[in-house]
Amino acid sequence: MDLRVSLVEGILELKNPILSAAGSFGSGLEYQPYGDITQLGGIITNGLSLYPCAGSPLPRIAAAPAGLLSSVGTQNDGAEYFIREVLPRLPWQSVPIIPNINAGRVEEFSELAGLLAAEEGVTALEVNLSCHNSNRAGQRFCQNPVTAARAINAVKRFAGNKPVIAKLSPEIMDIVEVARAVEAAGADAISCIGKVQGLAVDVRGRRPVLGNVTGGLSGPAVKPIALRCVWQIAQVVKIPVIGVGGITCARDVLEFLLVGAHAVSVGSASFSDPETIFRIVQELPAVCEEYGIEDIKAFRGSLQI
Amino acid sequence: MISPIRTELTVTDNVPFGQPEPGLGGTHRYYALTLERPAWKNWEPGQFIMLRPKDGGTVEWARPLTICRVTSQSLVLFFRVASEYGTDRFARLRGGDKVIVWGPLGTGFEIRSNTPTLLLARDAGIAPFAGYADMHPDPACLSMLFGHQHPSSHYPADAMASRLDMEHLRDRVPGDCEEFYRVSARKMQEYKENGGICLACGPMDFLYGVWKKALELELPTQLLLSARMNCGVGACLGCSTITSKHWPDPIRAGLPVHTCTSGPVFWARDIDLDAVMPERNM
Ligand SMILES: Cc1cc2nc3c(=O)[nH]c(=O)nc-3n(C[C@H](O)[C@H](O)[C@H](O)COP(=O)(O)O)c2cc1C
Ligand code: FES
Repeated sequence: MDLRVSLVEGILELKNPILSAAGSFGSGLEYQPYGDITQLGGIITNGLSLYPCAGSPLPRIAAAPAGLLSSVGTQNDGAEYFIREVLPRLPWQSVPIIPNINAGRVEEFSELAGLLAAEEGVTALEVNLSCHNSNRAGQRFCQNPVTAARAINAVKRFAGNKPVIAKLSPEIMDIVEVARAVEAAGADAISCIGKVQGLAVDVRGRRPVLGNVTGGLSGPAVKPIALRCVWQIAQVVKIPVIGVGGITCARDVLEFLLVGAHAVSVGSASFSDPETIFRIVQELPAVCEEYGIEDIKAFRGSLQI
Repeated sequence: MISPIRTELTVTDNVPFGQPEPGLGGTHRYYALTLERPAWKNWEPGQFIMLRPKDGGTVEWARPLTICRVTSQSLVLFFRVASEYGTDRFARLRGGDKVIVWGPLGTGFEIRSNTPTLLLARDAGIAPFAGYADMHPDPACLSMLFGHQHPSSHYPADAMASRLDMEHLRDRVPGDCEEFYRVSARKMQEYKENGGICLACGPMDFLYGVWKKALELELPTQLLLSARMNCGVGACLGCSTITSKHWPDPIRAGLPVHTCTSGPVFWARDIDLDAVMPERNM
């Protein structure tokens, strides 16, 4: 079965529609003992910032019913370290490498884009628009179509011919309007959703469980929200949509394709079993067959209302 | 570097220790979980595995468990029921159940022959020292001080006593560990004078005290840190520890490292627990 997907013709071509999601697969190297990472559609790396970042206070992760609450605060060693120490060790000739970029200012997004896009090993960039905009009292970039578009526009200008993926949070008034805005600003694809803000508390200690007080919910609990967002966005934009949120098996992948996604990213499911994403890639053809799907392009967006 | 593998294993036994506790809905607090032996080429005492029940559905997260011992037939783990969505599930595992395991993960304890080695264990922190005593070429060098809240029948202490010199200290009131801390500090002083080393495992509050004392005495000491872990492989960034200026790679000195891959066993002088536990430094 032909599982190839073209997100940007001739530039961002995937062997199959399954990518790793930012923040849940490290750089990819961490999962090499558990499967062949070159068999993935692509690797979206853990979030990078311009300068090294120590991240959120501990504890950072709490289990939740059907999900995970986390606040990592983009702990990372900075883009230069990634370029110097990590990228050369990744099999970028065999699998698209897509750094996920994080910033508090538009200028920082531009600088990051310029640095990373200049690297041969980088295929595309994913822009985390859930980042807090320090020029707007910490409002998230994607909360407002204007700031979302400005960030994407800035990245596009510095990314050369490298495709730019705009990653949206579901926690905005009108995700469709923001999706249209980032498309107009030049985004080559949209991925959604990022984590959904939540809170976990410890009754005995009468304290929040996470060091950062609030965190983001991911895992199966958020899948219905992600499906709704992908479905809404895929109807109004022409660029491809990458579905993210709660994917744990090949059937979940089909759910996202059905509502209009071109591809998907597998996130926190890798934490519960390091083989998950490799198993999904392996099982997808058989599961397509089980559901009578002969051509995933024809199946895409075929939801009947 | 020992390469980890992911494997599906069968539970051969899950034995509760001590008495059932009312606060835990009638379950016991401590268990020795025995699995069939994974096809590991190698492992080191102090390393851990990530484990989750196989039938847990899509929402089951794995939990780290320190390797207690590995025999020709089995992998033995000893754990304390501590959390929701985690070890309470492990308490319900029965012989024949399937689990998913990846490991061995992280760093192990230093094994030095001909060196007096003080093992400081508190409560479930006794677990790695069973395997440590099995693997040590010179067990006569080992001496353990074991501090515990509950009666010794709650822990696999008897099985270990045949292999190494062991001294017990039970809290007079559960949780009152002053005497244990005092004796630990005195023994560390003795081992410093004898050119020995110290290895410690237990709750973080206890390890903080050992860390402070080790720095004060300049006694070579390793600590097995217990951190919240979610992936065990360095991907989720949930388990950071802050390094000190002595960290072997100067570029990473003073920065966060993953407890799951750079640890969980660290030399005391290489890490900065004041930065990890700022509330203790007030
Ligand atoms: C621990 C953790 C860290 C994450 N870090 C990032 C990040 O740096 N940038 C980003 O765009 N998304 C990040 N995400 C969000 C995921 O990429 C994904 O959008 C979200 O977890 C939903 O997918 P899932 O339910 O499959 O996990 C992170 C998620 C988790 C669990
Ligand atoms: S447990 Fe995930 S990074 Fe250490």
